[in-house]
Amino acid sequence: MAELIYNEQGRLLFTEEMKQEYTLLMPQMLPVHFAMLRQVFVNHGYKAVMLTTNHRGIVDEGLKYVHNDTCYPALLVIGQLLDAVKSGKYDPHKVALMITQTGGGCRASNYIHLLRKALHRAGYDYIPVVSINLSGLEKNPGFSLGLGMLIQMAYSMIYGDLIVHMANQCRPYEIVEGETDRRIGKWVDRLVGEFSKKGSFRPAHVKENFALIAGDFASIPVNRVPKVKVGVVGEIYIKYAPLGNNNLEQFLLSEGCEPVVPGLTDFIIFKCDNRVEDHRLYGGKTATYLGAGVLSRYVRKLQRDMIDAIQKYPEFRVPCTFDHLKSLVKDYLGYGNKMGEGWLLTGEMLELIDSGVDNIVCTQPFGCLPNHVVGKGMVRKIKNCHPQSNIVCVDYDPGATRINQENRIKLMLANARMAAEKAAGKTTAPLAPAPAGETRGAETPATV
Amino acid sequence: MRIGIDIGSTTVKVVLLDDRDQIVHKTYERHMSKVREKTAEMLRELSPRLNGERVQVAITGSAGLGVAKAAGLEFVQEVFATAGAVERFLPDTDAVVELGGEDAKIIFLTGGLEERMNGSCAGGTGAFIDQMATLLGIAPDELDRLSLRHEKLYSIASRCGVFAKSDIQPLLNQGARREDVAASIFQAVVNQTIAGLAQGREIKGKVLFLGGPLFFFEGLRRQFVETLKLTPENAVFPETADVFVAIGSACYAENTEALPFEEVMSRIENASAQKNTQNTLEPLFRCREEYDAFTARHGADKPPEMDADSYTGDAYLGVDAGSTTTKLALITPEGGLLYTYYASNQGNPVGVVLEQLKEIYRRFGSRVAIRGSAATGYGEDLIKNAFNIDRGLVETVAHYRAARHFNPQVDFIIDIGGQDMKCFKIRNGAIDSIMLNEACSSGCGSFIETFAKALGYSIADFSQLGLFAEQPVDLGSRCTVFMNSSVKQAQKEGAGVDDISAGLSMSIVKNAIYKVIRAADPSELGQHIVVQGGTFLNDAVLRSFELELGADVVRPTIAGIMGAYGAALSALDAAQAGTGASVGGLLGPGELENFVHVAKSTQCNLCGNHCQLTVNTFGSGAGASRRFLSGNRCERPLGKGRQRDIPNLMKWKYDYLRSLHGGENRRGRIGIPMTLNTYENLPFWHAFFTRLGFEVVLSPESNRELYACGQHTIPSDTVCYPAKLAHGHVERLLDEGVDAIFYPCLPYNFDEGKGDNHYNCPVVAYYPELLDANVERLKETRFLSPYFGLHRPKNFAKKAAAFFGKEFGVPAREVKAAAEAAYQAYDGYKEEIHRRGADMIAWARENDMPIIVVAGRPYHMDPEINHGIDSMIASFGLVVVTEDAVAYHEPKKTVNVLNQWTYHSRLYNAAEYVTTQPDMQLVQLVSFGCGIDAITTDEVRAILEEGGKLYTQLKIDEINNLGAVRIRIRSLLAAMDARTPAPVK
Repeated sequence: MAELIYNEQGRLLFTEEMKQEYTLLMPQMLPVHFAMLRQVFVNHGYKAVMLTTNHRGIVDEGLKYVHNDTCYPALLVIGQLLDAVKSGKYDPHKVALMITQTGGGCRASNYIHLLRKALHRAGYDYIPVVSINLSGLEKNPGFSLGLGMLIQMAYSMIYGDLIVHMANQCRPYEIVEGETDRRIGKWVDRLVGEFSKKGSFRPAHVKENFALIAGDFASIPVNRVPKVKVGVVGEIYIKYAPLGNNNLEQFLLSEGCEPVVPGLTDFIIFKCDNRVEDHRLYGGKTATYLGAGVLSRYVRKLQRDMIDAIQKYPEFRVPCTFDHLKSLVKDYLGYGNKMGEGWLLTGEMLELIDSGVDNIVCTQPFGCLPNHVVGKGMVRKIKNCHPQSNIVCVDYDPGATRINQENRIKLMLANARMAAEKAAGKTTAPLAPAPAGETRGAETPATV
Repeated sequence: MRIGIDIGSTTVKVVLLDDRDQIVHKTYERHMSKVREKTAEMLRELSPRLNGERVQVAITGSAGLGVAKAAGLEFVQEVFATAGAVERFLPDTDAVVELGGEDAKIIFLTGGLEERMNGSCAGGTGAFIDQMATLLGIAPDELDRLSLRHEKLYSIASRCGVFAKSDIQPLLNQGARREDVAASIFQAVVNQTIAGLAQGREIKGKVLFLGGPLFFFEGLRRQFVETLKLTPENAVFPETADVFVAIGSACYAENTEALPFEEVMSRIENASAQKNTQNTLEPLFRCREEYDAFTARHGADKPPEMDADSYTGDAYLGVDAGSTTTKLALITPEGGLLYTYYASNQGNPVGVVLEQLKEIYRRFGSRVAIRGSAATGYGEDLIKNAFNIDRGLVETVAHYRAARHFNPQVDFIIDIGGQDMKCFKIRNGAIDSIMLNEACSSGCGSFIETFAKALGYSIADFSQLGLFAEQPVDLGSRCTVFMNSSVKQAQKEGAGVDDISAGLSMSIVKNAIYKVIRAADPSELGQHIVVQGGTFLNDAVLRSFELELGADVVRPTIAGIMGAYGAALSALDAAQAGTGASVGGLLGPGELENFVHVAKSTQCNLCGNHCQLTVNTFGSGAGASRRFLSGNRCERPLGKGRQRDIPNLMKWKYDYLRSLHGGENRRGRIGIPMTLNTYENLPFWHAFFTRLGFEVVLSPESNRELYACGQHTIPSDTVCYPAKLAHGHVERLLDEGVDAIFYPCLPYNFDEGKGDNHYNCPVVAYYPELLDANVERLKETRFLSPYFGLHRPKNFAKKAAAFFGKEFGVPAREVKAAAEAAYQAYDGYKEEIHRRGADMIAWARENDMPIIVVAGRPYHMDPEINHGIDSMIASFGLVVVTEDAVAYHEPKKTVNVLNQWTYHSRLYNAAEYVTTQPDMQLVQLVSFGCGIDAITTDEVRAILEEGGKLYTQLKIDEINNLGAVRIRIRSLLAAMDARTPAPVK
């Protein structure tokens, strides 16, 4: 049994010994990206487990131990971790919990503190919490984010984006059901497997990987019947985590749509860009700003390589560059709007519309503070400027029911189908019928 | 033939259309939550006509999706179906307003098709009207009839039934005509539709009104037509309004495959046989024996047996005048009950008490001598004055006194009434940490009652059904609105009424424990729990509570009248201790015979709060009449000038800031909206602009009208009230005709060095951008919302020079000088607050008065936001200072959360400082919907409680009900009294 050691402030530390004995539990956010992330931890000698649990008990745990007015993601993440601790699957004396820690002006920056409070209230003071952050906060003797690990983590996110971007455009059309997911599994294993090898992050090699991934997904046999494309944007956890958005992507697929979910790469660049913008707006230390600028340029270069790889396959939608995204938001928000998803959220909606994806679900936790402004607050102006856009804002919280959420999304989809039909009327392309028993709605009773 | 089926939250509509689009058959019925059975039953009526035929069918409606899926029939989204039918049958329509049971929709057809549905809020729908009718104790159609005879309209919050109740109750208690209240309820629905749904887009041209409420309520139709100023030919109320959506669904059905009618029938019938509720809970009772043991245990907690018909001797009277009910208890010196009363106050508590007192005198005659009396509850002062009752006490104290009678060791009391929930802990014989449901009535009795009624049951039958439900549905634990959707979901999945009833009891309890009390572990509540209030007389609720707690609790048999019982006991205590003032002063039978009560409504105009006052005059014939004023927030309307000079720093700050305007107009007139951060930064900007030669124009003081004039541009209805007010402020500045409106984006606040960072919250930081994108009229002026960082003076001067150079051609040198002046002015303001705060504290100590630190955000000083709480606190003889007047004493504090917002760091430091001062207490103001305060409140509470102080939180929103605030402040005072060394009883 590892000894419980505390630092001067009384924080329970994750020790070297624990690294050997303990299982590190991590919540899930993006299924593919985080699966790779977990492997990175395993590569570095941690027994890491990503929680994929999804049941009502998680919400109940959250409600019990987290202030109910706190945002829904905090409630879910903490609920999921506590639910796992109590599940009997792990020895509570041999687990540690991992959670990300950021420092923005949004209340989300308090997750780690809320988790510790919850552990305390639930009587698990002896479970250490490991902070994942890039600011050097909360160091632990048994855990360090070395450069090697950070690079692997960053590439997990970027490869993850490419995989998901390609997969989302294959899955709705695949002829052999499950083929897309099989290829995802293959690539996750392969990429993480080679992370530890020398030279795996040489630019030429990464570029080659990009080309191979894009090519592999492009080779999946598909039947590209026209489907309604639906963009998903929102608060980062609710947008991505199936637990948070009631399996939104699955729902959209079952409705016969193609979900378009902007990736994490832009968010990473956005966070670097914030530092640069902060310096421009308010002044401050030049060093941090220069560092962020360097990192931002590096990731933007990778993003361009990724775009190049996708561009080879004209039937695939190509993500735009961060710089283009940023230019789109110019007349809507200032670049100083950085809390939560900040201007990026509005930018993603504009980019979707700009690239022909007019139908958008904007997701957020009930009462999400930044989204009052950058989500719901911008919809009216977007609609004024882009009358064809079709945006529905959906709130998620422990009491909101799926039926209400789905009903609102269905209204958006009915309009989307009508618009698609109008467009199709001109090109006479057939519309895909939805699966039996679901809304078809391809036609409208109205004489158009 | 085409069949359209519309299954809504409360009703099923079936329409049969022939091939020429003629309606052959239509039905509209309540489904009482038996969705599938009802649908099958209504379809069966069509059998004689349709057997052997092929039909096309489509289902629509919020509860229709499940049926459609299970039956394998076509589903069409209801708004979409409506739009289709409108285009076919009434193509010249410009807009459609459709209100349903829980949904409200607007469809704009001309000038760009747009469809809007209410989000997660059911304010302004049929459910809301039903709730309000229940509150008035009448049927919805009676409400309609009443409304037609209205003379005036009151402003009622329609966003949420809960808030509306808070507006309506005082109106009723103040004697407003029910006709006027009824019409105001409909007007509230209209306002909600326009503000919440249309969001700035004008509803004009030919408007089609659809849905049950609009079909049935003439009063609602009238208010819509009047408000939208529609001519008769432009307001279309079709005869088919109630089934119009079903018609749309039937139209849509022509795209579906035709099926034999028998096939359709059997599919729906088979679908209705399925039961697949997903989230279920354990049953309340497994068997009859368990229930019997349960009732026997609780039956034992009762007052001493007493033969009221033969008793002769002394008695003590307690009156609990609650907001909706009046309770009386007449007891013997042993605590035995002679007489009890519990009923609705019918909006006239004085009348009810009068009748009951007469009844008591009639029944007991000279056999019983009433030696003492006490009043408590919402109407305590009124009743006390009306009947010359000996003493008054705050209801928490009354409840504690009664609970102590049943369990002397009681350490936790929870009282759930019709709309109120009160919980408090007892520590060292005093009331501690009171929890009330200020903004949400979801866990209360009227909630379950409304549901029972909606499903066609009496409350007693309904809860009885739940006792032995096998699979209670898990309905979650949030607000009524969400609960409605949860019930809908359960119905969709085929849950029975018994399962829903049990589920509702569970959810009430979960709401109380996890949302109001916020306990992680039931053992946190206490060891000796006493539950009371009418809602706990419901065995299903009581059982759920014990199950959730995993422990037995005490529910006295008189749970419904514990307030009155406690009041009677305290009258008894006072008489026995000989401390009761003028014991036995209660009006006698003779005086009651000639009792006259006249209530006159008036408005106080002594300050911006404009309290609705009621002047009550009580007379008993020959004797002099007594006057009593109610509805006032402070002492001013009493006219005696009593305690007028008690220092109030919040008020000083507000008055000072309001004086910061004007200046020489050399360069133009700059409008500054008095909103959010302006309440902190105005001294800065005022100095800055006046120095530059701009005249500073402030938006007027906030009030309800100002809020209403900006309401239509609010895009997110869940944002906090202070932010919503910003819309009205910029509108008013636009009316002023200023040259530019200046409202900067400030993600960073001043760095006071007391936290890990110094942010503003995201709403405060970026709200100017939201205004820019949503307030159409801002295009009429120059709206300047640059990003600035005031935390770095040197950089600010540079950035400002660039900005104002570009915008107004101001030379950089001047801007730099102005920036310097601005920083000086701001620092001066802060120092002035410190100095004045210190003076006020010194004054309080000289005069031996307690000090209350009212801690919140700077914008909480706006009287429209705090509803006069500061003056109310002062009226209790307490000196009010603000958090920024004491926080500076403390160094940076290590807290258990990320301490990164400037305003919040002040809260922590102020709380810390208060713990070092014996004569100070802290009251935290929290805006409803403030996500950040979900984090700060727990922390402030922890700091205060560790330091041995009481924690008092006041949640404020657009509602203007100070009842809850009064209870908290008075309980705080009672607890402070109990803590000062005094003989412990």
